[in-house]
Parts: sequence; structure tokens; C-alpha cells
Amino acid sequence: MALPELHRFTLPNGLRVVFSPDRSAPVVGVSVHYDVGFRSEPEGRTGFAHLFEHLMFQGSESLEKLAHFRHVQSSGGTFNGSTHPDYTDYYEVLPSAALERALFLEADRMRAPKLTEENLRNQIDVVKEEIRLNVLNRPYGGFPWILLPPVLYQTFPNAHNGYGDFTDLENATVDDCAAFFDTYYAPSNAVLTVAGDFDVDTTKALVEKHFGDVPARPAPPRPSFAEAPPKGELRAEHTDPHAPMPALALGYRIPDPVNDVEGYLTYLVLAGVLTDGDGSRLQQRLVHRDRLVVEVGSGCGLFGPLEARDPDTFSITAIHPSEVTAQQIIAVVDEELLRLAEEGPTAQELAKVTARWASTMHREHDRLTSRTLGLGSAELLFGRAELLYELPEKLSGITTDEVAAAAKALRADSRAVLILNPANGGNE
Amino acid sequence: MSAPTKHRNAEEIGRTALGPRPFPELGEQRAAADLDTVDTTLANGLRVIAVRRSSVPLVEVRMRIPFGDPASSSTGSTHTARAELLASTVLTGTATRSRVDVDTELALVGGELDAAVDPERLSFSGNALVAGLDTVLDVLRDALTGATYSNEEVERERSRLIERIRLARSQPSVIAREALQHHLYGDHPYAKEMPEADEVLSVTRDDVLALHAAAVLPRGAVLVLVGDVAPDAAVRAVENALGGWTAEGTAVTLSPLPVVRGGDVLLVHRPGAVQSQIRLAARALVRTDERYPALQLANLVYGGFFSSRLVENIREDKGYTYHARSYPEFTPGGAALLVDADTASEVTASALLETRYELARMALSPPSEAEVGNACRYAVGSLLTATSSQGGLASFLVNLAGLGLGVDWFLGHPGRLAAVTVEQVAEVALEFFAPSAFTGVLVGDADKLTPRLRALGGVALP
Repeated sequence: MALPELHRFTLPNGLRVVFSPDRSAPVVGVSVHYDVGFRSEPEGRTGFAHLFEHLMFQGSESLEKLAHFRHVQSSGGTFNGSTHPDYTDYYEVLPSAALERALFLEADRMRAPKLTEENLRNQIDVVKEEIRLNVLNRPYGGFPWILLPPVLYQTFPNAHNGYGDFTDLENATVDDCAAFFDTYYAPSNAVLTVAGDFDVDTTKALVEKHFGDVPARPAPPRPSFAEAPPKGELRAEHTDPHAPMPALALGYRIPDPVNDVEGYLTYLVLAGVLTDGDGSRLQQRLVHRDRLVVEVGSGCGLFGPLEARDPDTFSITAIHPSEVTAQQIIAVVDEELLRLAEEGPTAQELAKVTARWASTMHREHDRLTSRTLGLGSAELLFGRAELLYELPEKLSGITTDEVAAAAKALRADSRAVLILNPANGGNE
Repeated sequence: MSAPTKHRNAEEIGRTALGPRPFPELGEQRAAADLDTVDTTLANGLRVIAVRRSSVPLVEVRMRIPFGDPASSSTGSTHTARAELLASTVLTGTATRSRVDVDTELALVGGELDAAVDPERLSFSGNALVAGLDTVLDVLRDALTGATYSNEEVERERSRLIERIRLARSQPSVIAREALQHHLYGDHPYAKEMPEADEVLSVTRDDVLALHAAAVLPRGAVLVLVGDVAPDAAVRAVENALGGWTAEGTAVTLSPLPVVRGGDVLLVHRPGAVQSQIRLAARALVRTDERYPALQLANLVYGGFFSSRLVENIREDKGYTYHARSYPEFTPGGAALLVDADTASEVTASALLETRYELARMALSPPSEAEVGNACRYAVGSLLTATSSQGGLASFLVNLAGLGLGVDWFLGHPGRLAAVTVEQVAEVALEFFAPSAFTGVLVGDADKLTPRLRALGGVALP
């Protein structure tokens, strides 16, 4: 993929800025990525990083409660925020006439958010409804992103539930919010991205105007979340009150995406060989030939690939009828991994995966929201927004031997196995 | 919390020496580039809309074939079961391609192609690197004219379909949707979005082949193609691939639905639920109605975006919900206005009360000049951003085409929205948002909900 135009600079207060102009459509995206996610929240405050993300929409010095939403939408724009293991992002995508407004909105809450008791209580209620909607009241809620980490990881940052439990959420105080903001939401701990229809020089001046006087604060030291890979196969079972049939998740450790991006990407290719499309190994074996599962999937990162620093997770998940045992499925997975380890994938299998990824990258680039967020997270995590555009070439450089070695490294004696059982045993 | 040893308090954080700053004005908006487009109908009756959008070297393909149940009632009809099995199997092999061949050929051009069916239509959706356009179209041609529905694939997809239906019906949103459609439209085929397991079991390979021969027809269908390709060349490619797909007859569209009338909300018991699905519905207007732009803006003000009365009330003020929204849904021969909210059992009755209160307020305290202006700018701007990608534009256009509309309607719509007056919005708000115009369903744990819902009234309890 041709490398699009990229500009970067850093303000005196430490805010890193990435510009990616592309004037093909009169729309613009603005995002801010803060270098803090739910792995950084302290014990006793599970879910706090996500709760705090909600608070950032609740007003700032120049903006009353509700003003943020109204200003974005009445300018014709859309917005959102999301909390990941290692970062939290906020974005606006709007007609390009509203660019300065988006910069103003992000600067105002980076400088002086209004953190009040009333808004905190209101957003605790909203977050609890979000958790009921996405976890507690639905089948397979939190499968596998909440359920697998406590099996695969031993330390609190890696193992705990990033949505949080209700007691922890209710215990959050305004002073917790102030401490969290002062520590982690420093301009030097953030990346501002502007992508789409804008003029570089004018916009640089606007960025300096709005963000220039956000006071500098030291960036917090970035902790290491490293821990040893599991010794042996770690197993756990979970009972799901709403699921109509059992499910299974296997979790493995993969190379550090920052220090060894090629090593990491080998697993992305492996995931494609295993489960992408009807011709992939596990679709053919588990769905069509042996008919053991309803669906099967695999991938790097429980939120998607290249979304977190080390340690990151490779997962294989399946939903299956209750007549089939988890052990039958695991045996087939191990057999197919062994076959790949010994014989490697064919050149055609790699060509398929590479071409589909190239197409996916183009499609992500074409959607301004995913382009803006992708550039910002690549700059924050890897210090290289251009990584986004180097991926197709890096993927096509991965060899059959490397994929075979990756398959070999997914060892039964160093993995997590999560078994999800329906509360009623899968019978209706 | 421990993190820093010393930090500012919330009050210190929330103010600066300079104080609040003025909100910037909008800059000048650049117009979108003109669309290079062709809208034509091939000799076989297939309508083709091709649009050039060269932002990335890809092409997006969307096809819709009207696929209604010709029967007037879903009772005793196995159409839904046959249609679902057809959609699950149509891309699993032809005389010259196995299921794996289809996947391999598409993958090698960075492509995908999927089939899906709903009560109104059979849809194909795909994309590829632009050099792979002919491959995607050839796979599509092969499936449309020569899907073999092998015994093995039909048998496998039949059992998977039953399992997938079971999974779907464990989702509260699906439970609520099925209950609502049945409540609104009874046994009209439009209301039957999923077959029963025993119906799927009874479908044979011959049934699927017969349905394909009778209903997978080019006349009445539409194909939209958006990508880095000249529209004339795209149309030629479609004609080369699909020109030989011919058949007698016209694809079947559904008969018009019964009109949605106001009435009690039906409580559907879901034991053990910790949250309830509120789903309300009323009559709305079709896109071509001259009052539709006013209705679109009234809907935005009510619950159609985040800065709406409903969301600001039940989420941002009261914290009853994470997700609430209202939206028009275009149906055979008409349209419905739908209101969705998911709320904890403890506050479900209160949320229903506020939802109705905001409906009444739409009728009695109609949207102000500012509310209408904000909604209008959002409608115009969000249309611009949603259609700024190839995939977004293709999906939007195929939806329009399903209603008989095209690129002209898309290009003319910002102008229609801008011309709407506050009085026109008030008029549609009074007619379409009155609480008495609404009915609906509420899915939740009846044991927890009944006392408060009985007190509130307007709910048919089990």
C-alpha cells in the first residue's frame, strides 16, 4: 500500500501530534489516545479506566454537561470513546468545516474536565446498564475477553475484569477521578491525530492555539506488565446462565508486538490459516468434516490485533453442541496445530491470508473513523503511525517455516483452557 | 486509589486562570466531489447502479433480490425455512467449484462474498481488490445460475442452521424483535424473520432447488457496485458476468403490511432477566412522502441521536439505560417508527414512563428552532460521513434502490432537509409521536416487573 502523507510534531507540553491529510472527501477525523488502559487501574477499582472514559464526556471548563454531544452532533459529526488494555481513545468524525470545533472540544477536556459527584453517580448507573447489556443479561457475555484472562494470567493488571465489578464501580470517588486524571491524562501521555480533509499549516496553528496552553505535567512511568508464560495447561470452567450451548476458549501467549512485530504478525497469519474462510484448516476440520462445532474463530489480541503491548493473547474459540466434549475439540485443534508445525502451510494458504489482509487494510483506511483511530493507536503503542501501511508488506514477507514454528509454539503445556457451560446443561 | 502521592483536587482541575473559552464557529464547508455514476437496467431485468469512488483500490458489491413469501400468511408456509437454507448453501458449490474453491478464488483476490436472507430479500454482499472484480462477479454468476446444493452441504447446513437459530433465540434482542414483529403484524410473512427448527428439518434439497428456480430471479433485483472503477466499465463487467442469467417472471415483493395502531404494550416474560427490552412502535412515513424529511428530523429530536430528548432524559439525566434510540424502519408499502431501550428491571417501569412522557412532549412541546437546526445539521453531516467510504456508500445506495430510489434521491436529500420548517416538524410530531399512536412489547422478568407496570398502566400483563 502506498504510504499516505504523514506529518508529526510535538508541542512544548509534550503532546504528540500526527497529521494524515487526504482531501478526497470533505470530512475530517480527530482523535486523542491517552496512554492508559484498564491494565493500569489499581486493585479495588476494577472498571475505573472505562468509568473515567465516560466522565470525560460530562463537561469541562468551557462546556456544560451534554454540551460535548450537542456540539459534535449539531456540527454534523459523530463521536465515541473506548477503553482498551493499554490505552483509551476519544474521537470525532465530522464535515471538515467543523475541524476547529473538534480540536477545541478535545483540548478543553484535556485541560480542565469537570469531575463532579453528580456526574460520577449518573455514569456509574450508565456503566452498570452497559455491563448488564453486554455481559450479564446476554449469552456468552464477556466471552472470551473477560473470562479468559484470569485463566491465562496470574497478575492483577493482566487478569482482572476491565469492565469492573459493581462494588468496585460504586466505590469510585471524585478524588479517585482527580488522581487518575492528574496522573495519566497529561498531554505528554497522549497522541492527537487529525486525518482527512484539512490544510496542514492552518491546522498546525489551530492545534497550537487550542492545545498549546494545556499545562505540561510529567508523563507517568510506564509500568511493565510482563509475567511468565503459564507452566502447564491451566483450566477453568464458567457457568453461563443464558447460553444455550457450551463454548470453549484456548489462550496462548504470543511475542511482544513492540519489540518483535514480525514475530507477532506470524500469529496473525497463523490465525488466518486456521480459521479465516471455508477453506481454512479449522473451519474445514471442525465445522465441515468432523462437524464438532457451530462456529470457530481465532486471532491475536482479545480486542483485535496490535491493540495492546506485551503480554498479549492468541485465542481460539468455539461454540459447540452439548453432545460434543471440549476434549474432542481440543484434540482436533492440537492435531491440526501439529500438522501445521510439521508440514507448514502451503504457499497458496499464505497468499490467501496476505491478499485478504491487504484488502482489509484498504477497507479500514477508507473508513475515516478506523483510519484516524488506527493511526493514533499505532503512533501511541509503536511510535509508528506508518506501521498501519507497512503491514501488508510485512505480512507477505512471512514464510511457511515461520508459520510452522508459530504453530509449534502454541503448546498444550503452556496455555489456558476456559470451558463455558450452560446453566441448564444445554438442554431446553 | 494510590497512584500519585500528590494531585490536584477535582475543583482545581476543572478551572484555569483564563476561564471558559468561546466555542469556535464552523469554517467553510467544501462540497463533496461530483459522483461519476451509471444507473441502468440490463436486458435480463437486473438494475445495475455503478459509482466510481477511487479512495482505495477496492470494489464493493451489493445485490438484492426481492424474495418474499408468495403466501399471504406464514402459518403453514415453509418459505422462511427454505429461504434460510438456500442462503446458507447457495455459495457452497457449483458444477465447477467446490465450497473450498469458492473461498480460495475469492481469498486470492482479497475478496469475500456472503449471502443472507430476510423476509423481504435475498442479499449478496462482497468486496475485493479492484483487480478481482471479475472473479467476484464470476463466483456470483456461478452461484446464481448453477448452485448445485449438494446433498452433503444441504445436510450439514441444515443442522448448523438449527444450531444458529438456537443461538440467536437466546439473545434478548432477538427475543424482543420476534415478539414485536408478531405483535405488530401477526402472521404476515414479513413478521417471520426466523424459521422453527422442525420446519428447517423438513426442508429437502429438492425444496431448495425448487425455490432457487422459482425465486432467484434477475427481474426486480438490483446490483450496486462502488469502487475504483469507471462506471461504464463496471456495468460492462456486470453485463458480461450476469447477462446470461435470465428467467421468466419477476422477483417476489411482499404484500403491504397491516397499519400499526396504538395500543397496550405486551409484557413478554423472560425468567431470570436482569434487564428489560422496551420496544415501542408506531406508524411512520415512507422515504418518498413529502413529509418524510420533517419526520426524519422529528425522530432525531426525539431519540434518533445522542443529543435527543430521550437519551438526555433516560441516560444522561436518570441513568436508566446505556442504550436508547428511535428510528424509522421502511417496510413493504409503508414505514414504522421504532423506539428501543434496554433498562435494569428495577427501573424498567420508570423508563417506560419517561419514554412515553417524551413522546407526549414531542406532540405538546414541539421541537424548537434550535432543536430542528441541530437535527438538520446532524442529518446532513452524518449522511456525508457515512457515505464517505466505498462500503458505506454501497450499503446506503442498495437500501435506497430497494425502495425504488437512486443516486438522485441521495444527492437531493440535504436540500430537502434544509427546507423543512419548524412548523412542519411540529405537525408531524403531533401526528406521529402521540403516545396513543404507539404499541409495542416489553421483554423482562415478569415477576420483578409486574407490580410497577400494573401501576403504570397501558401494559398487557401475562
